[in-house]
Amino acid sequence: MALAPADVLAGLKEIVEEVAGIPAASIELDKNFTDDLEVDSLSMVEVVVAAEERFGVKIPDEAVTDLATVGDAVNFIVNAAK
Amino acid sequence: MSRRRVVVTGLGATTPIGGDVTASWSALLAGTSGVRNLTEEWAQSLPVHFAARVATEPAEQMERVELRRLDRSEQFALIASREAWKDAGSPEIDKERLGVVIASGIGGVTTLLDQYDILREKGARLVSPHTVPMLMPNGPAANVGLELQARAGVHTPVSACASGAEAIGYALEMIRNDRADIVVSGGVEAAIHAMPMSGFAAMKALSTRNDEPQRASRPYDLNRDGFVLGEGGGILVLEEYEHALARGAKIYCEIAGQGLTSDGYHIAAPDPDGAGVQRAVKFALRDSGLSTKDIVHLNAHATSTPAGDVAEANALRAALGTDADHVAVSATKSMTGHLLGGAGAIESVFIVKTLQDRLAPPTINIDDLDPAVTVDVVRDRPRPLPSGDIAALNDSFGFGGHNVVLVFKSI
Repeated sequence: MALAPADVLAGLKEIVEEVAGIPAASIELDKNFTDDLEVDSLSMVEVVVAAEERFGVKIPDEAVTDLATVGDAVNFIVNAAK
Repeated sequence: MSRRRVVVTGLGATTPIGGDVTASWSALLAGTSGVRNLTEEWAQSLPVHFAARVATEPAEQMERVELRRLDRSEQFALIASREAWKDAGSPEIDKERLGVVIASGIGGVTTLLDQYDILREKGARLVSPHTVPMLMPNGPAANVGLELQARAGVHTPVSACASGAEAIGYALEMIRNDRADIVVSGGVEAAIHAMPMSGFAAMKALSTRNDEPQRASRPYDLNRDGFVLGEGGGILVLEEYEHALARGAKIYCEIAGQGLTSDGYHIAAPDPDGAGVQRAVKFALRDSGLSTKDIVHLNAHATSTPAGDVAEANALRAALGTDADHVAVSATKSMTGHLLGGAGAIESVFIVKTLQDRLAPPTINIDDLDPAVTVDVVRDRPRPLPSGDIAALNDSFGFGGHNVVLVFKSI
């Protein structure tokens, strides 16, 4: 099922806010998970698992290392859902 | 070089009778029970339907995101440590001279069991990546160490219900041995869950007075029938005396010494002769340079079990001799329940307040004093302590035959 990037971004914002306590308003496409949002490696695992559940996609461990920014994650999820 | 002296400069606590030290101490002097019925569905299927939960839920004292990454025992440790650190004046210190020693008897048992439920119901993928840092028994100490950036050493002694007292003793030695100038020390426990409660109930260790929960914890009463499980924690900031003086810190009292022994008798039952307890008292007094004459108060381990309370009282009578006649004995578990690895820590907090206010807290729920109890128990209302130099003992014992005695003295 195709997903709209805007919907994926909105969903990710909720997940990151829930998991890492970062206000949704400060979560943007160009933000780096580690450097800008201070999502540590353990919380990143939570974000990935929550995103898989929510969007019905698989995000393999080897793909996670390439998801540096929120935009990277949105693109990956949109492509994976096609 | 003379031995480095160690004083108490900060206190923190979250207990079944108060969300901080001030609230807990007033409730204790007022003789308030923190024991309540458990309303959760799981509790109804157990032989025991009550426990002593903390008076203030961590959710009222912490941010939501912090809560979800921390086991309940770690939440208690951070809440009490923040209070204690602030109480100590948030000292500026070289972090390589700052240590943390915080114990727990069981560790993150609720996390372990909750995540096991998730594993069985939803599979391995859904098990939280925070599981291991949350369930490890050193988690409370590690999280406090991380927050304070302590680099002199972070430690977690584990000796069941003696753990909290052992942690404070370990902290004392860290400062004496010149490894640190300040050590944040204490103990926490968060084990109110169907599984550990079923285990304790299977040992017949818990009171089953389901019709009168607030009267169930009754140390020294003839009709005591077991302990009441409590949760929470207590923290003391220990500091080298000259260091505390130099920064103009508020000094509550001195922690003068400790005595540690083991029974070699039984995995859970107390040695009825109490030989290990007597030796621990003797060692603690020797370590403090004090005699039995100096002791005016004891916060007893007294958990309200039929065998334990009398064995302890006999051992104390034997160790203190006729000087036991001027020792006001308080069993504060009659109000807080038994916090396992947190017990020796909150009771040490209470002793520090006792020395400060010169008021020994009451023991509640004694309708008929067990005639086998040969110590002077403070009943129903607080008892004033003498003026001048005074000292007090905290004794704590753990399954496994661990005996710890700490000595606090006025300054």
